[in-house]
Amino acid sequence: MVEVHLWSGLRSLTGGQQVVEVKAKTTGELLRALVHAHPQLQAPIDAGVSIAIDGRVIATGLTEPIPEGSEVYLMQRLRGG
Amino acid sequence: MALDDRKSDFTFVGTRPNRPDGLDKVTGRAKFGADISAPGMLHGAVLRSPHAHARIVKIDTSKAEAHKDVKAVVTRADFAEVPFKPGLEGEFWNVLENVMAGEKALYDGHAVAAIAASSALAARDALKLIEVEYDVLSHVTDVDKAMAPDAPVIREGAADYSVPEGMHPNVVRYHESGHGDVEAGFSEADLVTEDSFVTEATHQGYIEPHACLGMLGNDGKGELWCTTQGHWIAQKTCAALLGIETSQLRVTASEIGGGFGGKTTVFIEPVALALSRKANRPVKIVMTRSEVFRATGPTSSASMDIKIGMKKDGTITAAQGVFRLQGGAFPGAPGDMTAMCAFAPYNLTNVKQIGYDVMSNRPKQAAYRAPGAPMGAFAVESVIDELCNKLGLDPVDVRLKNAAHEGTKASYGPTYERIGLVETLEAAKAHPHYTAPLKPGQGRGISCGFWFNHGGETSVSLALSEDGSAQLMVGTPDIGGSRASMALMAAEVLGIPYENIRVTVADTASLGYNDVSHGSRVTYASGLATIKAAKHAVERLCERAATKWGIPTDAVKWEDGCAVPSGPNAGDFDPMPLADITADMGSTGGPISGHFEATPEGAGVSFGTHIVDAEVDPETGKTCVTRYTVIQDAGKAIHPTYVEGQYQGGAAQGIGWALNEEYVYGEDGRLQNSIFLDYRIPVASDLPMIDTVIVEVPNPGHPFGVRGVGETGIVPPLAAIANAVSNAAGVRMKQLPMSPPRILAALKGNG
Amino acid sequence: MSKLHVSTTVNGDAVEYLCDPRETLLDCLRDKLNLTGAKEGCGTGDCGACSVTVDGRLVCSCLMLGVEAEGKQIATVEGIAEGDVLHPLQQKMIEYAALQCGICTPGILVAAKSLLEKNPNPTEEETRYWLAGNLCRCTGYDKIIRAVMDTAAELREAS
Repeated sequence: MVEVHLWSGLRSLTGGQQVVEVKAKTTGELLRALVHAHPQLQAPIDAGVSIAIDGRVIATGLTEPIPEGSEVYLMQRLRGG
Repeated sequence: MALDDRKSDFTFVGTRPNRPDGLDKVTGRAKFGADISAPGMLHGAVLRSPHAHARIVKIDTSKAEAHKDVKAVVTRADFAEVPFKPGLEGEFWNVLENVMAGEKALYDGHAVAAIAASSALAARDALKLIEVEYDVLSHVTDVDKAMAPDAPVIREGAADYSVPEGMHPNVVRYHESGHGDVEAGFSEADLVTEDSFVTEATHQGYIEPHACLGMLGNDGKGELWCTTQGHWIAQKTCAALLGIETSQLRVTASEIGGGFGGKTTVFIEPVALALSRKANRPVKIVMTRSEVFRATGPTSSASMDIKIGMKKDGTITAAQGVFRLQGGAFPGAPGDMTAMCAFAPYNLTNVKQIGYDVMSNRPKQAAYRAPGAPMGAFAVESVIDELCNKLGLDPVDVRLKNAAHEGTKASYGPTYERIGLVETLEAAKAHPHYTAPLKPGQGRGISCGFWFNHGGETSVSLALSEDGSAQLMVGTPDIGGSRASMALMAAEVLGIPYENIRVTVADTASLGYNDVSHGSRVTYASGLATIKAAKHAVERLCERAATKWGIPTDAVKWEDGCAVPSGPNAGDFDPMPLADITADMGSTGGPISGHFEATPEGAGVSFGTHIVDAEVDPETGKTCVTRYTVIQDAGKAIHPTYVEGQYQGGAAQGIGWALNEEYVYGEDGRLQNSIFLDYRIPVASDLPMIDTVIVEVPNPGHPFGVRGVGETGIVPPLAAIANAVSNAAGVRMKQLPMSPPRILAALKGNG
Repeated sequence: MSKLHVSTTVNGDAVEYLCDPRETLLDCLRDKLNLTGAKEGCGTGDCGACSVTVDGRLVCSCLMLGVEAEGKQIATVEGIAEGDVLHPLQQKMIEYAALQCGICTPGILVAAKSLLEKNPNPTEEETRYWLAGNLCRCTGYDKIIRAVMDTAAELREAS
């Protein structure tokens, strides 16, 4: 299981939960599992999210492995200039 | 061979050779956006709204169409239907609506129609023949007023899922993050300071206006030449807006005369293609400077409230920020980025940040170097400076005491990997600038700054020639000397001289997709791809050598540009230079190339610390920056001179933003200063030399340790200069730009 | 509107063109003579990217009409190098990495050459004020000023 930390603005979509536990081995699986657990998370995911695994920000990749016990944060998609 | 071991001893990387495109650029022969023409070419011109907000009742183009010099007229009806979606989900719709107005003109300068004619003068003259009937609506250009209950609504339904109920429809995105309990943190503080700050919109101010040449037939096949930070995004967007297949449009990037984020989208490109399709001839459009200011991306303006609690020893106990960003008549103002970056330099137990994306009747904001981060840093670092002053603490010591480091939980959530903030602060403290005496009337300011950096989709191809030279094709336009850094990285891997590598920015038909030259990604991502493509070619070279020697491939390694036996047991052969292998490659297995396509995901965040001295003239309110030092972590500087150039350029743009530059709107909602005379960017006589210190804390996500360097340099200046000016003037400056009238008013208000 | 015939000299070559009386010298150089080295950054004489010299005097070619070039001697960035030998200013601009995007470079070179012809030993302040009419958004001017002053020093030594 992976503990996914959400940004606090998403609590309104998860019934107040800021940490959601899902089963996932990759970033893509993680997003699908999040939507399965909380369908309202589809909107922010469609709007664009990045995933930080142990501090490394995965901007868009859906195939990045999530090692057992790693720290996982959902973040808003980064945009640069 | 191990492909992913991080290298730390270099032959070419870290040297400072002349850039490969230097000769072209000092002789005037480099071709920028407007420097091209085509047989049978027409010239386009765009009619723009004089109103900040108006319903378009009717557009009558008949008189223009009847004119003998006019070959085509287009309005919104000549573009594809693109679905509308809220927030940033419908970005193609947002771009289309910006490129050519639909039902309403949403800002002064918004395109409403366009003409192609036989000459540039004829096109400009014929614009006067288009009759537009407007129903003028009330407008709003200020971020706080745009959020007020009585503000005119720019567009219903633009808000996405994130906006809490009850907010004005102009609030289109909302971000909230943080950790700990800020109220508890404030109660532990010895001193809590709370203040509000405002920054005005500034323009990226690239010297080259947008320019393009488009050709599109009614068979759906087209060619586009344009000045852009990313020709693949131009290809994709133009195809969507014109209803053609992406692959049928070949886009070539011209040399680019500056972008800084402002050339990451399209404006006139789809218009030139639509005109071309109608006239069946090539159409060139070049914006005037005034069009650039009125209708292309300025950055957001911002209104911010900051509250920070500190103990007497300098420990920050809690920090809270509310950031309201105005991004024009479309979603996209980076309130979320501002919020996530604002407190990122600090190790905070209790932090909370809220960001708003607010629409108003201004041009669609575009990215500008670390979009959103400079404003937040201005507000936060001003409050930290004020706390240091009140508690009598050294501003560098306080930042060191609270600095984030490897293992710190970032204000935006995750735990930092290896980062270099502490190193930049220690370098600041040790720098002679920090302890140099100040003259009367001068003040010193420091600030830290943070930016995420970006990886992005990247394709690179490298082909070897028979004579042992190499051609490298990258897809990221060269804005600041990146051809040089690419050639250095390829030379490092191949072991052939830098001069033997020709770097080309390839067109969209020659490589796979490449993300834009933005997010400080070029040296990181195209560099990583170049290294991997070169390693791919080296594998092929080793295979050929192994075949020639009749030994297994894994018994061959690559050293200093030669294949050599990997050890004493592999056999006794003289090193085989690259050129000896390529000389007969056609008959030993065919051409040797390397390529790499991926989305690198290890950009690595970066930090900087700036030291500024400023002198304020109490009679005129004029500020002079007398000394400036930039200290920033580059991970690894591939070409140190161009890294310094990025630091200096970021500082100079920050000086303009802090002291002088602003979008000035009249009561009528029209932009009052749309030429460089009135929108004054720093000139040579405004600035001192800008000293730089390159700190190198390698990025674990890049084979050579590179972190992006392009954007972080504009994050600290606003705050560092505001702190210097506030310390010089003896009054806290809370609004940018700190123009002479504002400084005089502040001095007067302070008695 | 009927066009006017203009005979002038550009970089030592006699040239002719027909132009609309409203067209600027910059338009004529770029569109009629295909000399695209001078750039239009503003069209209002504020950025200096279109700098050329007319009878030895530094001007913004966007502020001068094409018809005013009649009988004049125009010099543009394309004429700065002698054959295949770069002018020392061009060489130093490359060596110092005094350009990032390069759009302001032609104007800077024309203006800096004009400075050194008038003042072979400029101070930093004189160099900064002379080039204050040439906007650069990339570099912060640091490396440009150093390149120009180092060129001046080298030319003084050589003479």
